[in-house]
Amino acid sequence: MRISPTKFISLLFLVLSVFYLYTAYNIQVFAFDENAPFNARTFPIYLGWAGIILSSLKIILPEKVTTEVNHKHLDYKSIIYLIIISLIYAAVILKIGYFISTSLFLFASYYFLGERRWGLMFILSFPFVAAFMYLLHGLLNIYLRDPFLKYIGVMG
Amino acid sequence: MIEGIIIGLSTALSLTNILMVMVGCFAGTIIGMLPGLGPMTAIALMIPITYGFDPSTGLILMAGVYYGAVFGGSTSSILLNAPGIPGTVATAFDGYPMAQQGKAGKALAIAAYSSFAGGTISAIFLLVAAPSLSKVSLAFRSPDYFALMILGLTAISAFSSKGQFLKAMMMVVLGLMLATVGQDSLSDITRFTFNNMNLTDGISFVLIVMATFAMSEALTIIFRGKDPNRAAKQISLTELGSIKVNKEETIKMAKTIPRSSILGFLIGVLPGAGATIASFLAYGMERNYVNEEEKQKFGKGSVHGLSAPETANNAACSGSFVPLLTLGIPGSGTTAVMLGALLGFGIQPGPRLYQTNPEIFWSVIMSMYIGMVVLLILNLPLIPYIARILAVPRNYLIPLILFFSVTGIYLMSFNNFDIFLMIGIAVVATFLRLYDFPMPPLILAFVLGGLMEETLRRSLLISDGSPNFLWDRPITLIILLITITIVGWQIFSTFRKKN
Repeated sequence: MRISPTKFISLLFLVLSVFYLYTAYNIQVFAFDENAPFNARTFPIYLGWAGIILSSLKIILPEKVTTEVNHKHLDYKSIIYLIIISLIYAAVILKIGYFISTSLFLFASYYFLGERRWGLMFILSFPFVAAFMYLLHGLLNIYLRDPFLKYIGVMG
Repeated sequence: MIEGIIIGLSTALSLTNILMVMVGCFAGTIIGMLPGLGPMTAIALMIPITYGFDPSTGLILMAGVYYGAVFGGSTSSILLNAPGIPGTVATAFDGYPMAQQGKAGKALAIAAYSSFAGGTISAIFLLVAAPSLSKVSLAFRSPDYFALMILGLTAISAFSSKGQFLKAMMMVVLGLMLATVGQDSLSDITRFTFNNMNLTDGISFVLIVMATFAMSEALTIIFRGKDPNRAAKQISLTELGSIKVNKEETIKMAKTIPRSSILGFLIGVLPGAGATIASFLAYGMERNYVNEEEKQKFGKGSVHGLSAPETANNAACSGSFVPLLTLGIPGSGTTAVMLGALLGFGIQPGPRLYQTNPEIFWSVIMSMYIGMVVLLILNLPLIPYIARILAVPRNYLIPLILFFSVTGIYLMSFNNFDIFLMIGIAVVATFLRLYDFPMPPLILAFVLGGLMEETLRRSLLISDGSPNFLWDRPITLIILLITITIVGWQIFSTFRKKN
């Protein structure tokens, strides 16, 4: 038997709702709140049950409209590259600072998306980020944490 | 009242105050376009600047910033599908598809005209009906608010589901579940944090909206890059920047604007409801008003679909001044910041403001008209240039959207956990979108989640745990009956199509 992707997603949602409901029942509330008409676990319990009912209906009821996706037309390679670059960016942003990490992230993203005009790639990464930082930090006075620029004395 | 209008006009039309409106509108537009910075931040940034000013001048500057930021938020919604604030999420439903069809200039112009009309009409309502409307807004109790939110969520599920109501309702539940992460607002008990300190404050709205709209849109474009049906069309720069609205589109706007203005203003008057619910409800209402042919265009670049939420969110902005100026109760987060600023000037808003400081009351109302005109004059000539963002090649635009999203989150929290979380949610959202699970119901549910729990809590505590609060009050009952009708209609239309 072949299960449609929509029903598979609904099944995952059912599992999530069961887990959510289980966690909701286990929320620790104050002793005096235990039998109150409403406490910290009431709303999540309603939501858990709503999730279970809706996902079960979606699994049980026949599909009126099916969503077909042709996987041959999906560019898995580029999206995986982009997600990996984004994850690396998130991992290093605190260590090497906003300016360098963001500039490198932009430069690498342009490259992996097939761009090879090096001059333009450079302008739209390092000077672009510098200008953006100046707008935020210099003009709007919005603090942008950057340990590296602070270390070399560019930022206060 | 005439005397008040004259006082207001003489204050608002002074050279300094006109200059302040202009500066405010321009600064607001720029700040509103930046990631993660909405009107609330924009006004907060203006507070230190206004300290040395006369209270009327300070308030006029902040009102200008408010409108400018709302318009700026619409710009990023339309061009990048990246709504910075909840009030402009509905703008993206038809604004972004229109921009993708090479009509970005037109979409921005429709947004500007609708905002102008919505803001102006509601400023007239504010002038005439402020004192009596404040009494109406006080008549709304917790059960009514709860029912109103249920109606909003059901309505958005019905009109954004493309015939798959259950999928949309599942997204509503997911949005509400995400909203429960973090500390419970009353007892401070942490829920669903799994001992992770980063989740104690909950998940921020900007994170969710950037992940499910901007970032997942960027990922979807890349993901479907090989799909011949979705290959990027060559967009001409002249067409992209053209702000010409033809006769047919003007007629459509003329029909939409009055009803959306009234709805937006009335919703804006209710404390806590604000521009978000107004824009979503206006979108849903408009879809029900138009004929079958127009209905099919919703979500694909409909003029009605763009004009309705844009009109309503600006009308709601004016409406939210009613409880602030007449009762001293801020109707939204943004007016809460303005309340703080007013108190800083030594002014206590409330029923007596009308008598004690008439020049402030009237000059703020008058500055709204002037602000709307300034906003239109300032922004229309800039539209052709702003619209060119879309002519940026995909290889550059996608990384810039990702940069835009990540910066928005980094600016708020300065921690990388939020960025990881955003990437995770964006990947899940990309797959969900691939199989037609709509994101707007998730966003609205997430925004309303906290308020919904609070109103349900109050209602249940007042009724001692009994569900009687659902039918005790006529307003609650009427709103719930409308909700049941929408659900019933969805079930009926499903069976009708099957047969």
